[in-house]
Amino acid sequence: MIENLNVFAVRTLTQKEYFAPGHRSCQGCAEALAVRLVCKALGRNIIIASATGCMEIVSSPFPFTSWKVPWFHCAFENTAAVASGIEVGLKVLMRKGRIPQKKIVTVGLAGDGGTADIGLQALSGALERGHDFIYVCTDNEAYMNTGIQRSSSTPFGASTTTSPAGKTKMGQITWKKNMAAIAAAHNIPYVATACPSYPMDLIQKVKKAADIKGAAYIHILSVCPTGWRSAPDLSIKLGRLAVETGTFPLYEVEHGKYHLNIDFPKLKPIKEYIKLQGRFRHLTEEMIEEIQTRITHDYEQLKERDKRGF
Amino acid sequence: MAKRVGMEVSIAAAEAVKQANVDVISAYPITPQTHIVEHLSEIVANGEMDAEFFCVESEHSAMSICIGSEATGARSFTCTSAQGLALMAEMTYIASGLRLPILMIVANRTLSAPLSIWNDHSDAMMIRDCGWVQYFVENGQEVYDHVFISYRLGEDRNVLFPVIINMDGFVLSHVIEPIELIEQEKIDQFLPPYQPLYQLHPDQPITMGAFALPAIFAETKKAQEMALRASMGKILEVWKAFGDMTGRYYQPVETYRAEDAETLLLTMGSIGETASVAVDQMREEGRSVGLVKIRLWRPFPFEALKQATLHAKNLVVIDRAVSVGGPGGPVASEVKAAIYGEPIRPSVYNFAAGISGRDVTPFDFIKMVDKAEIEIEEGNKEGFEIYGVRE
Repeated sequence: MIENLNVFAVRTLTQKEYFAPGHRSCQGCAEALAVRLVCKALGRNIIIASATGCMEIVSSPFPFTSWKVPWFHCAFENTAAVASGIEVGLKVLMRKGRIPQKKIVTVGLAGDGGTADIGLQALSGALERGHDFIYVCTDNEAYMNTGIQRSSSTPFGASTTTSPAGKTKMGQITWKKNMAAIAAAHNIPYVATACPSYPMDLIQKVKKAADIKGAAYIHILSVCPTGWRSAPDLSIKLGRLAVETGTFPLYEVEHGKYHLNIDFPKLKPIKEYIKLQGRFRHLTEEMIEEIQTRITHDYEQLKERDKRGF
Repeated sequence: MAKRVGMEVSIAAAEAVKQANVDVISAYPITPQTHIVEHLSEIVANGEMDAEFFCVESEHSAMSICIGSEATGARSFTCTSAQGLALMAEMTYIASGLRLPILMIVANRTLSAPLSIWNDHSDAMMIRDCGWVQYFVENGQEVYDHVFISYRLGEDRNVLFPVIINMDGFVLSHVIEPIELIEQEKIDQFLPPYQPLYQLHPDQPITMGAFALPAIFAETKKAQEMALRASMGKILEVWKAFGDMTGRYYQPVETYRAEDAETLLLTMGSIGETASVAVDQMREEGRSVGLVKIRLWRPFPFEALKQATLHAKNLVVIDRAVSVGGPGGPVASEVKAAIYGEPIRPSVYNFAAGISGRDVTPFDFIKMVDKAEIEIEEGNKEGFEIYGVRE
């Protein structure tokens, strides 16, 4: 869908902001941008249940708030369950006539730690129960809020404060957990990956998720200059490189059917993406080669699924 | 006229949840709480009640769903026991801090290890300081009644606290008792639909659950502390209104043949009924023994407790849990703290009895009174022991 949209399409978006400026995120935070775009896509008739994490901390130091839509935070690992509660609460109150009938989209919003690690059980439960809500994971590939500790979503080789590059170990020794595939395995109607470097694609996916009845899962790669040790002015570029190198392909799984949104006949070498990030500074040529092999393999697999449709 | 029906206490609890017109029920099965959720799921499946019922993947999520639904303004209910309560402990503090008037019934059971499914109060004591209104009821009728009482109380705009009804697992949850059911019209009058002060809705966007910096956290904690203490007046008021409707008047602390007693037994929960049998026996033998029962655990009824106990010489406190490595049982700690400042006060001898479902018979209460009176006489005025341990 991307190739049909030129860069000016962004200007057609609403001027309204539901995630207000003035929050406390770091310079170049692509996660804040992702949240802003998600809100723009959904408009005002939403309720957000947010996990503990960067987006919660930067937006809600009492008595301030950056949220122009109803927003709820209670803990770290239960975002999907809280969103489930909000969804059923609205449903039953409307059915009993205690609040007027109206379409209100419930959104669960959590980072990669709150989704792939500590929140995975609650998410699996909510997806299995089939609540009508959108779960958005803004993935910055580590526990950035607590000081860049590794999560199961941290990529292989990345140095974090708990997977440091040392004399015997070279950063994260495990491969990134494939959350979108895990979500899709729950047979929910809609799963997508997105990145704020592709704003129109992201917005269309969020809108689609809102229109679909049932649970939808959107996994958004969110560049974090603080944690990735990258220049704040490179966040958009890095997001693009993540897609262009095949590190983070943009795709949808609609009712089990895979669809690769942008296909590149030839992927850019992974090195172009890695060299801009301090967290990969220690990597040897052999390790970069190992990552390249894995990324190429995974991307080919995804292309096959796209061709096959499942 | 109200019907008196023989039914299992768990079933009565579920019937009360139905009559309270609860909107959202979310729970996870754990012994001995299971009969409540089983019966509720039947009620909903049969269309006898218009509610959303979710049997979820963990107790943590059960409480989280209640927190989410209650925040939208839906009357929400859950129930659990022991390990389940431990898993949701984190969320109990949050429900109270966010002032969401959820109701939870805890069928009290021992916390592992060793694993044991039987009854004591170690689960309830783990979350003693979670900021909920907490009752310990004595029989099935009290469980049934307190479902209505709790919602009316918790949802009051001057209260806005979640409420726990502690009922002893198995010895209360699984027994069949005569329950006087209240007519639906009366309940609807006593408990109108929930009118939340704040609710999540796009028409009036609010931020709920903002984080607090040290500059404001202490103030929020003080506000919570003041509000929970101040709920005492409303608790008495709701009990009075309920009594006027049903003839069943409840008090934070109740006494039985205690006014002139030299030695007082003090219990909390269902063993109070057994203790009263023991008191009768001892009275028949001419002994000056009475009974004090604590029904309201939080906010703690300091004044009522003093009134009930200060005249006695010996106070024998029966705990159903142990504060391991600490001062003994948690109830005794509270009782001692309540009477500490009084110039004339009884000696407090503390037993932990009925640990993990070990039977406590009237005979055991007599033995404990005997032992306590001797120990206090011999100068061991503040002793603690776990009763009935085989050596």
